[in-house]
Amino acid sequence: MPANTNILQSIWERMKSWEGFLVAILIVVFLLNSVIAPNYLSIGNQINLFVLSIEKIIVALTMAFLIINGEIDLSAPSIMGLAACVAAYFFNRGMGFGTALLISMSVGLITGLFNGFWVAIVGLNSLVVTLAMLISYRGMARIFLEDRSIGNFPDWFNQLGQKSLVGPFPLSLIIFFGLLVLAVIILQYTGFGRRTFAIGNNKDAARYSGVKVARVKLLLFIASGLVSALAGLLLAARLGAVRGDLAYGYELEIVTMVLLGGVSIFGGSGSLYGVFLSILIILNIKNGMSLANFSGHFQTGVIGLLLILSVLLPNLVSDFQEAMQRRRRKREARRELPGTAAVAKSDASGDS
Amino acid sequence: MKFLIRRFQPEQIRELFLAVLIVLVVVFFSSQIPGYFNARFVNRISTSVVVVAILAVGQTLVFLTRNFDLSTGSIVGFTAYFLGQQLWHHPAIPPWAAVLIAIGVGTFMGSINGLLVAYGRVPSVIVTIATLAIYRSFLVEYSDAVPITTNNLPDWIVNLPPLSLFSVGDVEFRVIFGIMVLVVIVFQLILNYLPFGRRLYAIGSNPDAAQVAGFPAQRMVFTAFLLSGALAGLAGFIFLARFGNISVLAGIGLEFASIAAVVVGGVSNMGGSGTVFGAFLGALLIDLLENSLFRWQAISEFWRDAILGMLILLAVAIDFVVIGRLRKVWARAELEMSVEEAQEESEVAAHAG
Repeated sequence: MPANTNILQSIWERMKSWEGFLVAILIVVFLLNSVIAPNYLSIGNQINLFVLSIEKIIVALTMAFLIINGEIDLSAPSIMGLAACVAAYFFNRGMGFGTALLISMSVGLITGLFNGFWVAIVGLNSLVVTLAMLISYRGMARIFLEDRSIGNFPDWFNQLGQKSLVGPFPLSLIIFFGLLVLAVIILQYTGFGRRTFAIGNNKDAARYSGVKVARVKLLLFIASGLVSALAGLLLAARLGAVRGDLAYGYELEIVTMVLLGGVSIFGGSGSLYGVFLSILIILNIKNGMSLANFSGHFQTGVIGLLLILSVLLPNLVSDFQEAMQRRRRKREARRELPGTAAVAKSDASGDS
Repeated sequence: MKFLIRRFQPEQIRELFLAVLIVLVVVFFSSQIPGYFNARFVNRISTSVVVVAILAVGQTLVFLTRNFDLSTGSIVGFTAYFLGQQLWHHPAIPPWAAVLIAIGVGTFMGSINGLLVAYGRVPSVIVTIATLAIYRSFLVEYSDAVPITTNNLPDWIVNLPPLSLFSVGDVEFRVIFGIMVLVVIVFQLILNYLPFGRRLYAIGSNPDAAQVAGFPAQRMVFTAFLLSGALAGLAGFIFLARFGNISVLAGIGLEFASIAAVVVGGVSNMGGSGTVFGAFLGALLIDLLENSLFRWQAISEFWRDAILGMLILLAVAIDFVVIGRLRKVWARAELEMSVEEAQEESEVAAHAG
């Protein structure tokens, strides 16, 4: 019996946390969508909605690391576009497709290294650096492709995005789950993960306790560049053609996925379970809105609203808790007032 | 050296450098493109710089409080569309009311940003990335895919851009350029002389100290966003006048241009320094580059964004490395001077004693 209540209690404690809140939202979204479309929860549909946004959620993983570390990489969608455009450009000029893919991945490496250099080694604000590079990498993608669209990739590449590889799962989904498991292991169970949290909590304290802050940050930016390039290639495979505006504006959804997952924008806290839950929520909300015939722009607006709420709500809750606490303290002080007054009086009489 | 240090601040040296750079750019392109620099070119630049320069003024206010306003592009787009539609359906609206409508819509949108940032304590990047998308989706839903065209607008607004106040030779001083000059001067004066302006710098230099000193930091951040929105509304009015044809894509990317202008103009988002005039110079340099690269055969127009982004990074890096060092030199020199003065004073006092 006591063990039972313990479990119930611990579940209750869990539910009171941000992740519990996310689970509740997710259930509501599932229910609403199931009302709109009867066999909504079928595995086929769930896989399908993952595949439709797979590139964004892959990048959300490295973004979670960066935001936990107290930085941000707004240039990730532009790296996605640039990497895909470079691959398409060289392929179109008659280079072997394998080599083109390799060059494209090295674009991810170089852009990540470039961002990381300015942030980790020079010490500039990552927001400003990656905002500038969000513009610049996108511009470079346009230099390569101008306003052309390049397609006609080899069949095996086009099929990567759509054809299922193992059971009903296409390659991109397997890559995502592989990366998710890897990310959870690195973040929760390795020294690197703990250093990532430590730096996000307090950069200076981490440096004084011997953490090589610059190296961790540089590695994270490189990882972000590489993963973004990979995601860009997957997007190209799924769409079958590449244009200069590939992955334009994805930063909104990627950052929303991370922050709605309970990762603090100020760094130092968050978990990948939360991020995974928020990914599920966002994918299902978008799918539900499509089922209800809301336009893509309307959906983007809703995602924007979610982004604001995911930071605003915790702030409001903590404000509320603080106010309640202050009130309780005031009430207690008032209750104690007669006693303290008596003590004060006795003190005074003692003095005289 | 001492003379230099007494007379100028590092920021002013930066603005001087920027002005020299602008001249160098003009000289360079004059040597590359035949018939580049003439009255028509000056007129074109003075017309095309207006929208970004006005946005840059608002962005400066927000930047000084250590925040970003990424939503201005959508505010410009929505205001331009909304105003265009009102003028289409009610052509009798007088010009002053049209300007007020534009500023009103912008103020409303800016105040939403301000509320969320100042009172909701949500980081400005998050808020304005979100409202950039939200305001754009407003526009798309509201417009119902019906574009505004020049034919639908009353004559006065279509004829506004080439209208000039006075001209020197062939160089015209156009009305919309006059509006921009007025905005720049007014806000420069506000920043220099009004308590509001001085406190903005204080908040940017040291938010905690400003809080302790009792400045209403929340209200000031709110006001900065509100003014940025209002100026974006005004820019929306000018955008409508200049282009006339407004689709749902109107104003996309202007937020980046305004941030580029402000950063290149030396306004810092980490230290409460920079001026409105600097932001104007930044906008001018960027507009000049855009207009010139467009006509230069050596590179295509597709280079624009790549260069814009690199320019921002370069400006930030220079600011961080060079200006940071200059400030240290200045601080040391000022310390030395004050020590010398104190010694002189004590000597005088000793003589007198």
